[in-house]
Amino acid sequence: MTADRKAKIVIIGGGPAGLAAASSAVKNGTAAEDILIIERDHVLGGILNQCIHNGFGLHTFNEELTGPEYAQRFINIVEEEKVPFLLDTIVVDVSAGATKIISVMNKTDGFFTIAADAVILAMGCRERPRGALNIPGYRPAGIYTAGTAQRFVNIEGRMPGHEVVILGSGDIGLIMARRMTLEGAKVKVVAELMPYSGGLKRNIVQCLDDFGIPLKLSHTVIDIKGKERVEAVTIAEVGPDRKPVPGTEETYTCDTLLLSCGLIPENELSSQLGVEMNRVTSGPVVNESLETSVPGVFACGNVLHVHDLVDYVSEEATAAGKCAAKYVNAGQESEVYRTDAESAGKPASEADKHAADIPIEIIARDGVRYTVPSTIHIDRMEDLQKIRFRVGAVYRDASVVIDFNDKVFRSQKKRILAPGEMEQVILKKSDLEAAPDLKTITIRIEEAPKD
Amino acid sequence: MNKITELTCIRCPIGCQITVTQDETGKVIDIKGNSCPNGYKYAGNEVVNPTRIVTSTVRVEGGELPVVSVKTAGDIPKGRMMDCMREIDKANVKAPVAIGDVIISNCLGLGVNIVATRNVDATL
Repeated sequence: MTADRKAKIVIIGGGPAGLAAASSAVKNGTAAEDILIIERDHVLGGILNQCIHNGFGLHTFNEELTGPEYAQRFINIVEEEKVPFLLDTIVVDVSAGATKIISVMNKTDGFFTIAADAVILAMGCRERPRGALNIPGYRPAGIYTAGTAQRFVNIEGRMPGHEVVILGSGDIGLIMARRMTLEGAKVKVVAELMPYSGGLKRNIVQCLDDFGIPLKLSHTVIDIKGKERVEAVTIAEVGPDRKPVPGTEETYTCDTLLLSCGLIPENELSSQLGVEMNRVTSGPVVNESLETSVPGVFACGNVLHVHDLVDYVSEEATAAGKCAAKYVNAGQESEVYRTDAESAGKPASEADKHAADIPIEIIARDGVRYTVPSTIHIDRMEDLQKIRFRVGAVYRDASVVIDFNDKVFRSQKKRILAPGEMEQVILKKSDLEAAPDLKTITIRIEEAPKD
Repeated sequence: MNKITELTCIRCPIGCQITVTQDETGKVIDIKGNSCPNGYKYAGNEVVNPTRIVTSTVRVEGGELPVVSVKTAGDIPKGRMMDCMREIDKANVKAPVAIGDVIISNCLGLGVNIVATRNVDATL
């Protein structure tokens, strides 16, 4: 199939992940004109454009920026490097193979195809909508995801309501509790189904505590009243089975219900492409190079796993951009990506393939919900490899334990581990090389002994 | 009696749990649990003179967007946040606006400017 356009690296998504991946690919030797960023919005920057609060960039730029300022730093790099990008353009299909064919559409050019050697998936994530939450009650106007409300207030300059109840204590919900309050709305309560908040500590302090907004943990919405417009919301406490406890119902009059109940990586394209998916993250399974199960297809940012901080998205995307650049620079004959026999022009024996293809498996257990990456090929890893993960509950004074082949390799004490915050361990290549016959690395939590 | 305050540091995403001890006069005599000098400074301030950055939006005339995002260029006293919001609500700006443009200078006489945090081009 002949494509209408060609690129070495196509990056799907022009948000923080896509921008950092592009900048990194250029730094690592891919010519800017061989890269193409495809963005479906009319501007670059992604969701950062509506995140007008501060707190971004402490790790990346050593200063505290707002979302739009953080985005602009990366947009400036991409524009200075003259990396081509398409706006208002949506990718409808990506096909696998040595050459990937990306099918896209926009208003000016209609439907066209792009042939690429490598693809970086950087589509981000979206919010879990009401339809996915099983909330009983009517379907009146006034129910929004927190991010939709954020767009209304911060980009379009409109207030979605005046008396607000928020379900879910994700960061966007917390940020919107403060934002709506500052704009004169009354935020009556934030109800969280789980016994802990999914948001960052500092957001609970600065967005709720500062304004005296109550956070009710182990509570959920059990009824929405109002036919045309939300009139009231009833919440109730839930037991350990997460079912409402009779007698604990409280009704709040309000005109708006905001939902901040989790983010889902946006992986329709990845699934069509046939990449192997991780059931915990709802993102692709990747190796040390952030490469999916389809060779030459990389993933980074919230499409891979939902991050707490954009700084970590940028860092991860920088790694993905570097790996993609390495992949295309090496070309099809790469010794890095082929067995020795194959690169010498001979068909690889099954044994050769076996040895080169079986990476070290990273196992998440005992409180560690998942890891990114899931596998490591020692020959392809950098000297230092970051393994990011999230825990499934709040742990105090617990240890993060790394096992090499079921034997403790390292144990690190942590004062606090919480599901809302991404954790990481760093592995040294030399340690992995020194470990005899290393097949699995396990990351697990060991709780402090109870006295 | 010494007064002990437990607080969560907000200077960076780590969110250290800091314990501040004050004597009878309110003087800070001990700060524990921080992992950097910023946290030490924050905790000391937070019990005596808490401050915040305020971020909001200001109406734009003739811009490709109806509002532009803004922030206080530095910390302001926590208790003045709503006063600051009222000043921001009164403001209006003509496009084009660039990141860093001063929208309100010396807001409320606090010695802190309100600056734009996004570029908004003028409509053609």
